[in-house]
Amino acid sequence: MIKTDILIIGAGPVGMFTVFEAGLLKLRCHLIDALAQPGGQCSEIYPKKPIYDIPAYPEVLAGDLIDNLAEQIKPFEPGYTLGERAQTIEKLEDGTFKVVTNKGTEHYAPTVFIAGGLGSFEPRKPPIKELVDFEDKGVEYIIRDPELYRDKRVVISGGGDSALDWAIFLSDVASEVSLVHRRNDFRGALDSVEKVVELSKSGKINLITEAEVKGINGEGKVESVLIKHKHDGDIVKECDHFIPLFGLSPKLGPIADWGLEIEKNAIVVNNALDYSTNIPGIFAIGDVNTYPGKLKLILCGFHEATIAVQYAYNIINPGKRYVMKYTTVNGVEGFDGEKKEAKKAAVIKI
Amino acid sequence: MSDITIKIKDREGVVHELQAPTDMAMNIMELCKAYELPVEGTCGGMAMCASCQCYILSDHELPEKQDAEEDMLDQAFYVEDNSRLGCQLAITEDLDGLEIELAPESEV
Repeated sequence: MIKTDILIIGAGPVGMFTVFEAGLLKLRCHLIDALAQPGGQCSEIYPKKPIYDIPAYPEVLAGDLIDNLAEQIKPFEPGYTLGERAQTIEKLEDGTFKVVTNKGTEHYAPTVFIAGGLGSFEPRKPPIKELVDFEDKGVEYIIRDPELYRDKRVVISGGGDSALDWAIFLSDVASEVSLVHRRNDFRGALDSVEKVVELSKSGKINLITEAEVKGINGEGKVESVLIKHKHDGDIVKECDHFIPLFGLSPKLGPIADWGLEIEKNAIVVNNALDYSTNIPGIFAIGDVNTYPGKLKLILCGFHEATIAVQYAYNIINPGKRYVMKYTTVNGVEGFDGEKKEAKKAAVIKI
Repeated sequence: MSDITIKIKDREGVVHELQAPTDMAMNIMELCKAYELPVEGTCGGMAMCASCQCYILSDHELPEKQDAEEDMLDQAFYVEDNSRLGCQLAITEDLDGLEIELAPESEV
């Protein structure tokens, strides 16, 4: 069980900077993120891309920005639950929130900051009407246990690395593997493409190109898929499993079901006052929120985090007075008691 | 530099004739957002989400697709031979009179 003052959902740059601003107010933070490492998109998608609009950094690589933030927040000893997605939230009788991840880890805090960016990355689902009805009944977007496909007939759809790699792997496990791709060429790693072509020639992979899976049929489970071929028309392919592999796209995910006011895939907050959502105690900061005049910029997220923690302080410490302090005057005192501050000027009388 | 005109057919079939500045380093995705057409531009223009996919209707000569755009279109849905990602099409004077249609949204 994890208890903290501010539970931050999303360990991207804005979530991380929240730890610093909260730390200045002696508030402890814990971050949850579906990815295995902190940094959000900056680490996962574009760590080597330069960012030019962080104040006082003429140029900084996204990955370096995250490294610097990690260093900056270290004195405030943030906790992390990584590789897990915040799944449910519940307001307890004493006013605190209980947030449980998809792996069952429980977190308790009087305030929750959603800094979830574009959301968590989930498999992209092709536009097939019956798709959802067959989920876990033969349709899988992620291959968790290849043994599930032993001696089964499998149709994989997609043209990228993961479609190629799994087609190759399952060709030794499944009784039949068909790989359906919209185009005649594949854009995966050369080795994988060559291997698929080779397996296709030897009959171990049934390669169906210039085609797309458009329908699924079956009684309670997948029994066949309908493939539309560019030249040959409709093909009904009997199979036990259909695995669409089209990469990942960001989704708001379970947060969308938390009773928060949502507008165009973003959480509505009261405009620039304290970034509170319609549920008192839950704040939304960074790319995940929306309000009139919203700009999805890291630097705006830093500002929002700073404002929001001042208000969170009042919820966590009702009635307790404080004033915002300048780090140049007061330095930064970590939770281990170590203090970073400017050297005092020496006055020497002569 | 002057503005150019670009015609964009939205998902309801309504054609919008937009004045596009050529001196603001904008692309087609950004133009759609600037005119509040329903284009998400989720990834911010890195060719990583395909939410700005459009079909090119006129016969303008466009810059060739770079790898990132090819890769993304390979993973996207509703892709046709004339599909492009709006975020990868910079607005230049060569695009004057361009006609495009927004591709359907995925997973909404």
